[in-house]
Amino acid sequence: MLELAIGIILGGCALGAGCAMIAGIGPGIGEGNAVAKACEAIGRQPESKGAVTSTMLMGCAVAETTGLYALVIAILLIFVAPNILVNVLMNAIG
Amino acid sequence: MKKRNRIFLAVDIIYMAMIILPIICGIVLKVLTKPPSNGINVSGAQIFFKIPMPIQDLLITEAQINSWLVIISILGLVLFLTHGLRTKNISRRQHIAEWIVEKVENMVKDSMGEYFIGFSSFIVAILGLSGFSSLLSLFGLYPPTSDINIVAGWAILVFILITYYKFKCGPIGYLKSFAEPVAFLTPLNIISEVATPISMAFRHYGNVLSGSVISVLVATGLQGLSSIILGWLPGFLGEFPLFQIGLPAILSIYFDVFSGCLQAYIFAMLTMMYVSGAFPMEDYFAKKQKRKLKKS
Repeated sequence: MLELAIGIILGGCALGAGCAMIAGIGPGIGEGNAVAKACEAIGRQPESKGAVTSTMLMGCAVAETTGLYALVIAILLIFVAPNILVNVLMNAIG
Repeated sequence: MKKRNRIFLAVDIIYMAMIILPIICGIVLKVLTKPPSNGINVSGAQIFFKIPMPIQDLLITEAQINSWLVIISILGLVLFLTHGLRTKNISRRQHIAEWIVEKVENMVKDSMGEYFIGFSSFIVAILGLSGFSSLLSLFGLYPPTSDINIVAGWAILVFILITYYKFKCGPIGYLKSFAEPVAFLTPLNIISEVATPISMAFRHYGNVLSGSVISVLVATGLQGLSSIILGWLPGFLGEFPLFQIGLPAILSIYFDVFSGCLQAYIFAMLTMMYVSGAFPMEDYFAKKQKRKLKKS
């Protein structure tokens, strides 16, 4: 029975981490749009390349934040949560 | 003249030792204290010792030690660059130092305005500390920026600065700034106020940490691949790291060098934007003018 409980904990953590990383879609699309527009802008005005590139990198970094939240949660679920949850289970059983 | 030259050289050597010795110290410390491990190993900073504290034990970890080593190293670099400043026929290192100062002052002037020109030393400190901390992983050391405690400390510092500049128009002006543009948006404004340092810390730490996790995964995968292909060979040839040569280095150029420097730049840029955005410039100067008129 205990093995089953621990197995459910580990499986749940892994599934949760995988589901959390679905959030990677959003920043991917957003950054792709940003880079596409930046390419267009550079094509139209090649002399403004420096300013456009730095602004684009800045915007990309801000757009990446939601993806990084998901990444942090996934890392916590894989490397930190199983230990804590198993400890909680052990304490509950006694 | 000759004696002065010799003293100059001696001081130079001391400064160079100040740049290099901390990194060597870090490597020696890592070699001495690293626990034996095999296979995949993604773990946080190693804990050296604990200092008992009333609420929670204060952990002295690898991240803190490494960040202090970086601070000493940067101090040595700065002293080395500004050693022997002259007004005429300047040396090469003075050119570099002047270039850094000019670039950063221009950057601060462009994105914050003339009023905040005093911020340039703080911005260049953040840039240097963050960039060199991330580059520390090139020496095989634990980069302090992949520990959330270090980055959260910087983010809290920035948050304090933001709050200080919001308080410039008095506590009433500070409270009023939450009810803008419409009063019923106040809870959202409070949430976004708290989210600023959290998102800054998570952005920097998540980027550096994800790079190191991916590097470890790729290195382990390549190890498995080369043991599959060469594993049947006898002796030394069976353990020959065929795929580990070169490939991880290309990844390391992106994740350690490019990503680390980009994150440092972004952290500094966001600091400048948040701080200059928090300062109610027009209200402050209008108030100052009023006070001046009252006095005279």
